[in-house]
Amino acid sequence: MSDRNETLAARLGERFNERLVRVESHVGELTFEVDKADLVEVALALRTDFGFDMLMDVCGVDYLVYGQDEWTTSSATETGFSRGVEREPVILDESDTFPPRRFAVVYHLLSIVNNQRLRLRTFTGTDNPPVVKSVVDVWNGANWFEREVFDLFGILFEGHPDLRRILTDYGFIGHPFRKDFPLSGNVEVKYDAEKGRVAYQPVSIEPRTLVPRVIRDDNRYSADLKDRPNG
Amino acid sequence: MAEIQNYTMNFGPQHPAAHGVLRLVLEMDGETIQKADPHVGLLHRATEKLAESKPFSQSIGYMDRLDYVSMMCNEHGYVLAIEKLLGIEVPERAQYIRVMFDEITRILNHLMWLGAHGLDIGAMTMFLYCFREREDLMDLYEAVSGTRMHATYYRPGGVFRDLPDSMPKFQASKFRSEKELKRLNAAREGSMLDFIEDFTNRFPGCVDEYETLLTDNRIWKQRTVNIGVVSPERAMQLGFSGPMIRGSGIEWDLRKKQPYEVYDRLDFDIPVGVNGDCYDRYLVRVEELRQSNRIIRQCVDWLRANPGPVIADDHKIVAPKRVEMKDDMESLIHHFKLFTEGYCVPEGEAYAAVEHPKGEFGVYLVSDGANKPYRVKIRAAGFAHLSAMAEMVQGHMLADVVAVIGTQDIVFGEVDR
Repeated sequence: MSDRNETLAARLGERFNERLVRVESHVGELTFEVDKADLVEVALALRTDFGFDMLMDVCGVDYLVYGQDEWTTSSATETGFSRGVEREPVILDESDTFPPRRFAVVYHLLSIVNNQRLRLRTFTGTDNPPVVKSVVDVWNGANWFEREVFDLFGILFEGHPDLRRILTDYGFIGHPFRKDFPLSGNVEVKYDAEKGRVAYQPVSIEPRTLVPRVIRDDNRYSADLKDRPNG
Repeated sequence: MAEIQNYTMNFGPQHPAAHGVLRLVLEMDGETIQKADPHVGLLHRATEKLAESKPFSQSIGYMDRLDYVSMMCNEHGYVLAIEKLLGIEVPERAQYIRVMFDEITRILNHLMWLGAHGLDIGAMTMFLYCFREREDLMDLYEAVSGTRMHATYYRPGGVFRDLPDSMPKFQASKFRSEKELKRLNAAREGSMLDFIEDFTNRFPGCVDEYETLLTDNRIWKQRTVNIGVVSPERAMQLGFSGPMIRGSGIEWDLRKKQPYEVYDRLDFDIPVGVNGDCYDRYLVRVEELRQSNRIIRQCVDWLRANPGPVIADDHKIVAPKRVEMKDDMESLIHHFKLFTEGYCVPEGEAYAAVEHPKGEFGVYLVSDGANKPYRVKIRAAGFAHLSAMAEMVQGHMLADVVAVIGTQDIVFGEVDR
């Protein structure tokens, strides 16, 4: 499998030069980063010339807190293991720009002819709202997947025929899968007996963390031990 | 002359043929569908976001609740993705158990589909027949995991425990005679594998029964032949997978093409349709029932002959046995760490796909090295299929919408996530 991946990577490198940047993977998967300006062109070429006739998945990722842990364990504490999470106030998305690598859209491609998979990633975020060109014309199946990414992350897809919310409620405000959106949401619904209908109100449950996020140095996975025998 | 106008009709979300909570807004010209706009999301529970807030192993239970008629296959996709990132080996016996339960799940799913699809388009008896066999398989779930549906049986590194030596039996009650009780418990006297073997012997006969009722049935054919035709080109464009793409004539099955676990050692065939209509997809799924039965039988034979461990021996990831914890400090520490903090998964990303009964079920996992996933994306087959609904029903009659929903095998747990 990996040999075939190398062959494909070489062919892609020949065709696209620096426009596709290979991302190293320790699980043997082929990942490329593409600039959002080149996305549609590259996608079309991948479909027509490299046999990637199926788009299996489109996935949004918000890299806001990537690699940040909530509980550092560099020294012993007097209070012991606590919930240890300090909450920052919710960031409102009113700024004009985000960090350029805040949002990513990840495309999982599959070639039935060559029995190969490929992952394509493009970063966006310099504008608010972030924009990526739509690949619906390349793979028609992208329609709902892109609607989902728009709904959950607020990434706009330029050229999408029908960019509406899909999973959240009618009239929902915000983009729930962004990392600055609280897990318990902002509003809750309840039946209002006076008005005789279901009404929205601010959420009443306190957000809390049961298990803090921790990142540990695990020697088993460290790079300098990888090559040693019995490491 | 009177002015003829299209009118809009609302179908669901509370409609028995909507298979859950599908809301369809249909633009109709008389009884013909001009445009269909499916509204989904009424069952959206943000499973992916919930998974991001919990240690890796605590989300396995959420996977059961995605496609709630093929529970273990969902778990399989998720644990495969974790295993891929961790780079751990799964014992061979666990792989066989997983394959066996994947196929049991496939039969469960297809029986549910066959029953419900039949019921939707007018074959009441099918539902009763299918649930008769489903009951035995649900008992297997119960015997192996303790619950009939949401099993949480697969774990990173293997499966929770080995197959039990006995099957739960029917109890005596004033509603059951001695003779009846004996008949019900006849197959349950031996071990679980004995019960499964008995099932695999019985099941082809049951499939024959279903086929007698449906395959040459004139009404069934009138309702399914040439309904919802999808060409192979369109099927690829729309991202179809599983029986939906095979019904259109493309021989694509991850179990054969990108084998995981021990599928490459098992002998089975991939049925493929010709016309890409509802009837072909019905035939494909019925044949898959028979093929799954074959796979289960091979797994039973192997499992009988090869005892061994069913979960990896790495206690940094796999919980130690409770007995060991009583007198081994290390086990106690491992247990404490695993159930308070969990384990950290090395930084990276992985996409693991399994051939779920409905199609390709993929889990895309991004880890930044923490004890919780940074991002989990679940690629549900039903989501891609439902997005093609508008195209498939266009120009058909209103009654055919129900046939198309049925043939897509939609379950909202996985579409809405």
